[in-house]
Amino acid sequence: MSEANGTDTLLRLDHVTVRFGETVALDRVSLSLRRGETCVIQGSAGSGKTILLKTALGLIVPDEGHVYLFGVDTRTARESELNQLRSRMGILFQEGGLFDSMTIEENVGYPLVNMKSLECPPEEVLERVQQALDFVELGHTLAKVPSELSGGMRRRVGIARAVVTEPALLLYDSPTAGLDPITANTIMVLIAKERDTRGTATALATHRYQDGVLLANYRYNAHTERLEHAGGRDLRTRFVVLGEGRIVFEGTQEELEASEDPYISKFAKPLKDQPLPE
Amino acid sequence: MFDFLKGPILGIQTFFLLSGRAVVNIFRSPHYADDIAIQMDIIGVGSLLLILLTGLFTGGVITLQMARALNQYGASGQVGNIVAITLVRELGPVLTALLVAGRNASGIASELGSMKVTEQIDAMRALGTDPVQKLVTPRLLAMSTMLPALTIISDFMGLVGGYLVGSVMLGLTTPTQFWSSAYQALEYRDIAQGLVKPFVFALVIAMVGCHSGMNTSGGTQGVGRATTQAVVVSSVWVIVLTFFISKFFVDF
Repeated sequence: MSEANGTDTLLRLDHVTVRFGETVALDRVSLSLRRGETCVIQGSAGSGKTILLKTALGLIVPDEGHVYLFGVDTRTARESELNQLRSRMGILFQEGGLFDSMTIEENVGYPLVNMKSLECPPEEVLERVQQALDFVELGHTLAKVPSELSGGMRRRVGIARAVVTEPALLLYDSPTAGLDPITANTIMVLIAKERDTRGTATALATHRYQDGVLLANYRYNAHTERLEHAGGRDLRTRFVVLGEGRIVFEGTQEELEASEDPYISKFAKPLKDQPLPE
Repeated sequence: MFDFLKGPILGIQTFFLLSGRAVVNIFRSPHYADDIAIQMDIIGVGSLLLILLTGLFTGGVITLQMARALNQYGASGQVGNIVAITLVRELGPVLTALLVAGRNASGIASELGSMKVTEQIDAMRALGTDPVQKLVTPRLLAMSTMLPALTIISDFMGLVGGYLVGSVMLGLTTPTQFWSSAYQALEYRDIAQGLVKPFVFALVIAMVGCHSGMNTSGGTQGVGRATTQAVVVSSVWVIVLTFFISKFFVDF
């Protein structure tokens, strides 16, 4: 089992290539995420954002290269070891990934019950589920099933399920896709809230540039319970642009906005005329 | 040159890998007893009425069709014999398997397929559960216990149907003659054949349904494709396998 360099590095992709038949979904992608960092991954549909996150989670084994999760190489790790590593991270899937035959309580409690490495006593499960649902302001939905909730509420339950284990690393796959602007903003506030209250490392794949800008420029204030402008440059938020499975840009918000490349700049330009929601 | 073979060969390979993992998981923890019980209820209890009716009318129609031919040879007393052999050896297992394939292979494929396209299976893995252990193995176990049980019930109902038509409706034999000729017609080899077949069919139906579901891609259209594929493939395999199993029992 190989160890990644640096104890602070929670996730490192080292020249990762993923192929599906003749199609190259990820092409020599290298990326790292340290404790407390935020990585905003952008790219057009089919550019490999979802594959990147699933590979990072160990759900897809790369054809070439290595993925180090908490310093452990996922290519050589057994499924039981991977499960232990996954208990230290959370993911929100693009489609929510909620189990439609289970109640919201069972959905959110699922990782606590099934991830043996968490060693969560059965009597604590309900309390922690309630806390996670209160965090996303859906504490009243315990007995409902996912089909009874709106799309935005399902995403929020997905966030509750991702954070219930108090992970060190959170991956969000297009959390605002297909949502109206107000609901999308609510979701982004929750993501920032989780990041800033617990110092979670965050990887966010998104189509919307404003989602990344919000994470780069705003901080959640636990006292006022609102997002506030951070003021000054934030070097802990990086922007990555994927194109046809390759990283075509990696840098800060300023660098992204300054890019003259027609493909890269189209991910920064839509925001120029749109103010961020307060 | 042989690129067109890649897809089917890959499909066969993934089918056997999935089947192997599902079987190995039977002997591994954790065991999802609740899921096994739920699947047994869906497959067994859920198909019961269908099997009762089909078995009853199959036995009845065999008797009806055989009555004239048997009368011509003055052998109408042998109707119980014919119904028992036809049902236990062949029609009971095959018809039951085809009905269960139509009802449950499609159900399994659509359920797992929907879970696949809505990322529930990925979520399951991400949340520390082996989807094969949680989803495939319980369905395999439930199918391999319920299909033989349903076949026995179907065989019995077929005999009841044969008795009602042969003895009560047409008066071809006395009740005692019907049941005694049916009982005497059956050898242990027939019973073995009648139980081996549903067991093998159960493995095929469950695994084809699960394999189609777990390999679904392409959204809701993909779920529809997987469902159709599961029913067609498992039904064809039932017909093909019944030939080879019958051949085996005839030869030995």
